[in-house]
Amino acid sequence: MDNLAVTSATAYHRAAMTSARTVIVDYDAGNLRSVQRACAEVGTAADITSDPARVRRADRVIFPGVGAAGSAMRSLRARGLDRALLDVMHDGTPVLGICLGLQISLERSEENDQQTLGLIPGDVRRFALTDRALKVPHMGWNAVRIVRAHPLLAHVEPGDEFYFVHAYYPVPSDEGSVRAVADYEGQFCCALGVGNYFATQFHPEKSGRVGLRLIENFVRWDGNDA
Amino acid sequence: MLSKRLIACLDVRDGNLAKSVRFVDTKDIGDPVAKAREYYRDGLDELVFYDITASSEKRRIILDVVEAVAEQVFIPLSVGGGVRSVADATDLRLAGAEKINVNTAAVERPALIAECAEAIGSQNVVLSMDIRKVGVSPDFPSGYEIVVRGGRTPTGVDALAWTREGERLGAGELVVNSIDADGTRDGYELHLTRAISEAVRIPVIASGGAGVPDHLYDVLTEGKADAALVASMVHYGDYTVSGLKRHLDARGVKMRMSW
Repeated sequence: MDNLAVTSATAYHRAAMTSARTVIVDYDAGNLRSVQRACAEVGTAADITSDPARVRRADRVIFPGVGAAGSAMRSLRARGLDRALLDVMHDGTPVLGICLGLQISLERSEENDQQTLGLIPGDVRRFALTDRALKVPHMGWNAVRIVRAHPLLAHVEPGDEFYFVHAYYPVPSDEGSVRAVADYEGQFCCALGVGNYFATQFHPEKSGRVGLRLIENFVRWDGNDA
Repeated sequence: MLSKRLIACLDVRDGNLAKSVRFVDTKDIGDPVAKAREYYRDGLDELVFYDITASSEKRRIILDVVEAVAEQVFIPLSVGGGVRSVADATDLRLAGAEKINVNTAAVERPALIAECAEAIGSQNVVLSMDIRKVGVSPDFPSGYEIVVRGGRTPTGVDALAWTREGERLGAGELVVNSIDADGTRDGYELHLTRAISEAVRIPVIASGGAGVPDHLYDVLTEGKADAALVASMVHYGDYTVSGLKRHLDARGVKMRMSW
């Protein structure tokens, strides 16, 4: 009897693992296969989908994206993905936003003066730099400094760098949601976490081993931010 | 602050890694996928593939190479060589390239830069320029001329004028490749690189001529480049990616030192 129980529990566990659905939200905002490849590298088969029903059913949601806030919002609304994202946000599904996915999770963006999803209070501003030698977009590798620990930033060491490409940066209203900062003529929020939502301005899928580690942390995360 | 980037360039011909001296006399030196993985694990910041395949029927090979590399190398990948249309750029992006390099086709039809910027985003469009020194004249106020078709064909276009035009059309980054320095191992063309860096507000990648680690130091400081591109220095095993980065770090250049 004991053996049988163990066997079925293991089988159940295995089935639960393989059927855990990680989806990557597709809204015509850039190349999503690099995110999918990074998931594969850490052992997770993630599906790319633009179907709101599949997003709602998912166990984990990755919300990436590059491009402009205006066209991204139009594309999300046209597919009904804006409401699907609000739903998964509220039902506790772990969500990982990346780059534009982070930016349009806030309430408003200076880019196209666009009202955005409002999953997180705050807005998005364009870099206004005084040093002419500093270029916009902020593109390349920059050090990420943790200001408030988060399970997804476990194993990120001081001095670790991540890959950035962006001209706008997030300014969340609640400073407590800021988990990490980077410096580009002053510090800006480059990772934020609230409840089951975590997002990065940098691209973990293009940030070598430390980036893959963050993605691995996400696919194992239960959505609890403590 | 951003780190300076070390970029390795892999010239791929018919699926093999090739290295040219002064843009002619190319010879094959190994498997590009294995090299890419080796450099990635050794701390490379970015990788560029240049497709120098001679025949058009073999062009699909580069897509297979990019795809294989994208599955195991998680840093930005940039690909160029023979990109003539948004469709070419999109094919390479789907295969796993982040950034697309345009060169000859952009000189022949500058609207290609704007079209690619619209389709894949400015930040992913790299204008790669092969440049030779011709001396200052009314036709060439900068003293440098753009050449195309792998460095063989002069265009009559002034290098600095083309640089500004490329930025205006939406290029997100520039590769400054000196034909005179390429393959010589005598050092980058510092004067040219600096002139271009000072003329634009987009990042500049210096290319052509690196032979010893201090050449990288020179171009990242005096040359004001944002990134240094190397090929023969690392391909033949004379230097390693991590060794070059350690050298630059020790000399005070900000580099990404943990990977």
